[in-house]
Amino acid sequence: MTTRWTRKDLLGLRELSADEINFILETADAFKQVGTREIKKVPALRGKTLVNFFVEPSTRTRTSFELAAFRLSADVINISATTSSLTKGETLKDTARNLQALHADILVLRHSSAGAPQFLANRLKASVVNAGDGAHEHPTQALLDLYTIRERRGKIAELRVAIIGDILFSRVARSNIFGLLKLGARVTLVGPSTLVPREFEKLGVEVSHKIDDVLPQADVVNLLRIQHERQRKEYFPGIGEYIRLFGLTKKRAKLLKPDCLIMHPGPINRGVEIDSEVADGLQSVILDQVTNGLAVRMAVLYLCGGIAT
Amino acid sequence: MTATVIRNGRVIDPANKQDEIVDLLIIDGKIADVSQLSTLNSQPEEIDARDLIVCPGLIDMHVHLREPGFSHKETIESGARAAAAGGFTTVLCMPNTSPAADNPSTIAWIKDRAAAVACVNVLPSGAISKNLGGEELSPIGSLAQAGVVAISDDGYCVQNHEVMRRAVEYARMVGLPVLDHCQDYNLVGNGVVHEGYWSILLGLPGWPAAGEEAMVMRNILLAELCDHHIHCQHITTAGSVRLIREARARGIKISGEVCPHHITLTDEAIQHFDTNYKMNPPLRSQTDVDALLEGIADGTLSILCSDHAPHAEFEKEVEFDAAPFGIIGLETELGLFLDQLVHKHNKIDIARVIAMYTVEPARLLKIDAGTLSVGARGDVTLVNPGLEWTVSVDRFESASRNSPFGGWKLKGRAVRTIVGGKTVWTL
Amino acid sequence: MKQTNQNSPAALPIMDAEAIRRALRRIAHEIVERNPRLEKIVLAGIPSRGVEIARRIAAFIHEIEKIDIETGVIDVAMHRDDVGTRTELPVVRASKLPVPLEERTVIIADDVLYTGRTVRAAMDAINSFGRPARIQLAVLVDRGHRELPIRPDYVGKNLPTSGSEKVRVRLEQTDGEPDAVHLERE
Repeated sequence: MTTRWTRKDLLGLRELSADEINFILETADAFKQVGTREIKKVPALRGKTLVNFFVEPSTRTRTSFELAAFRLSADVINISATTSSLTKGETLKDTARNLQALHADILVLRHSSAGAPQFLANRLKASVVNAGDGAHEHPTQALLDLYTIRERRGKIAELRVAIIGDILFSRVARSNIFGLLKLGARVTLVGPSTLVPREFEKLGVEVSHKIDDVLPQADVVNLLRIQHERQRKEYFPGIGEYIRLFGLTKKRAKLLKPDCLIMHPGPINRGVEIDSEVADGLQSVILDQVTNGLAVRMAVLYLCGGIAT
Repeated sequence: MTATVIRNGRVIDPANKQDEIVDLLIIDGKIADVSQLSTLNSQPEEIDARDLIVCPGLIDMHVHLREPGFSHKETIESGARAAAAGGFTTVLCMPNTSPAADNPSTIAWIKDRAAAVACVNVLPSGAISKNLGGEELSPIGSLAQAGVVAISDDGYCVQNHEVMRRAVEYARMVGLPVLDHCQDYNLVGNGVVHEGYWSILLGLPGWPAAGEEAMVMRNILLAELCDHHIHCQHITTAGSVRLIREARARGIKISGEVCPHHITLTDEAIQHFDTNYKMNPPLRSQTDVDALLEGIADGTLSILCSDHAPHAEFEKEVEFDAAPFGIIGLETELGLFLDQLVHKHNKIDIARVIAMYTVEPARLLKIDAGTLSVGARGDVTLVNPGLEWTVSVDRFESASRNSPFGGWKLKGRAVRTIVGGKTVWTL
Repeated sequence: MKQTNQNSPAALPIMDAEAIRRALRRIAHEIVERNPRLEKIVLAGIPSRGVEIARRIAAFIHEIEKIDIETGVIDVAMHRDDVGTRTELPVVRASKLPVPLEERTVIIADDVLYTGRTVRAAMDAINSFGRPARIQLAVLVDRGHRELPIRPDYVGKNLPTSGSEKVRVRLEQTDGEPDAVHLERE
């Protein structure tokens, strides 16, 4: 087990070792406890400035990072795509350099382009934390998923985890795949063949297009949000057929083992990828994920922001 | 009268199947019979080519010189200097300028500009379709009269097969070869990297091999239908090589070219999101690289080129999917091909590399270049095939620096470039 | 047993296992004398040796008074004043204190008292759990060189040192080595 943290940036889980992932999860244990104190705030990042730089809309991830930063006593600025000068034609690099000139210490970046956080991390002194880049990675989401599984099941190794839905376009899926495999879980991806191409098997996971075969084996099912927007029209015929083939309906939920955890990164489409009653059922840990997200993000900000740069 | 004699070099002229150590004489800008040396009435310029290869001036039939319209990336002047520094005496510049080279006046402007500032021969190509839009034919006959030696929509691809068919038929009438950038827009979509392991891993939109192969197949069908030459630009996939090999065996007038980055790099290089590895078509898998090498070895792919695509640093210093495609190549391509094809993989000999840069493009474009026959233009390149050197991006003559090859150690390079009997560049 | 440098000429033995035992037992007696309401005490150790020291003191108090006093853990990492100046960070442990803390006496336990910055961070951490009636400080070794106005209430051994020296504490349970305190010179 690594006993030290040395990275200024968190760009993805692919680049982390199993020890580093466990290190973050253990640190999150400590920060989860802060949430039970009378004063839910520690001075760890007092005097540091964190910029939530969201070039793609997101309320929950931004809010979670913002609250995590508040609890670490950092000062927080929120910049979204509509208020940033990116819309005026300024490049990402120039905007980021401007933020650095204002002595921002930590940049939390959400961006529609894969690799944008790495691009900035290579060019800035500030710590860069990836809050989701294109279809690439969403490391803090995967870390909070891992944390929740570990908290509920006591371990991750050997567990069978099914990730269900639009895998191809999902950064949550990729970060989960990298993290789960490093910690020894067995991962099965489930969804239509267009959204779960066979090439994923090369990453070391199984691919299935038959959800009813997968559910009875699973220790965890992680459902991804399904949308049928303009750019998805060619990938599957429609929501109705999706529910018929892949939706976690009440009837299908009966196939699950009683201790199987049901997870969802949110926001949930009730009645689409998951039936409303199932989302609110006893096996659902969807709200635990939200709570744990705060602890995990505090840990990540503390670790990356606490490193001398 | 001016005369230059190049002494003691190994003269390789694939057009004449010549490979011997002899002296080469250039009089008044043209190759002369070496026996005239004794009748010269003045002292010729002497060039010692001992241990060097003396070959016809190299031709790169796929470069972007960016003028008119994008002189912040490259100019005809700087691009020509880069060509000379790479050993090239003739380049064919692509028509995706602004305005596009789809009209005789733009062609005239390019020719005038080249005559005024370029140190090598700059040949223009014309657009297949108006404004490279793929819908209406450009005035191909007028472009031919204005001096283009080929037509292409490079950077774009005519999607409508009927439009492409008529363009090929029309080009046949005026005797221009058709060069095609093979990309099916529907299959490729917003793809930015090869669709495969790395696109899946990195979540980057994939550019499938089938997106190229579908258009290569289309071109084979149209070349057969129209009985006219279609040349497939920058071929990258194993499937394309197989299709072209089969079609050529049947006598179809189809050919293909290869760029150095597609045989020296694979899609693995994109994993750090460095935009100097972003090109169109993208870097492919090792299987594709192996197939390209075989295609070069068996003659399926007959032409080497750079797809020299300069971009300013600020344009490349952006998010991966927002960055423009392409890298510069004029000053590294010969070194890369010699190093990889001749020295490293031993796929072809140096005479074949020279043929793929001289007689092959010259025949395709029907231009007076690419040979050392008596009376031919005095365009000559001196190559040191064993010279080991390190690529230094900072020392490029090109106005741009977007190359992934900085720091590469290569074996073999041009050391002197002679255009019309005059040395325009020397190492 | 792990290789130690106990025998190296630069390491001066200060306390052996017996001396440590006696010192902690004395501290236990002093805590009992000074705190009439033992049930209000929380002995909070700073990881990792402070936690073990708190455990041992609590055991001695049990021996003396037959009462189980409450123990806790107070990790100071997230309250330190040097965040952002280190190139690597150690793992943070969860703090554990009973709530509410009001009317309680929290006794911070640690192995060595030096600059006082760790204790300041510990007090800061304790305050985030609530407002204890009082905070006291118990240390095995006080080596001087305070940088903050902090004074221990219970001291196992006062050890005059120079800044270039290092106090090396080893406890069986945390280090897998026999209990010992050494003074090392650079």
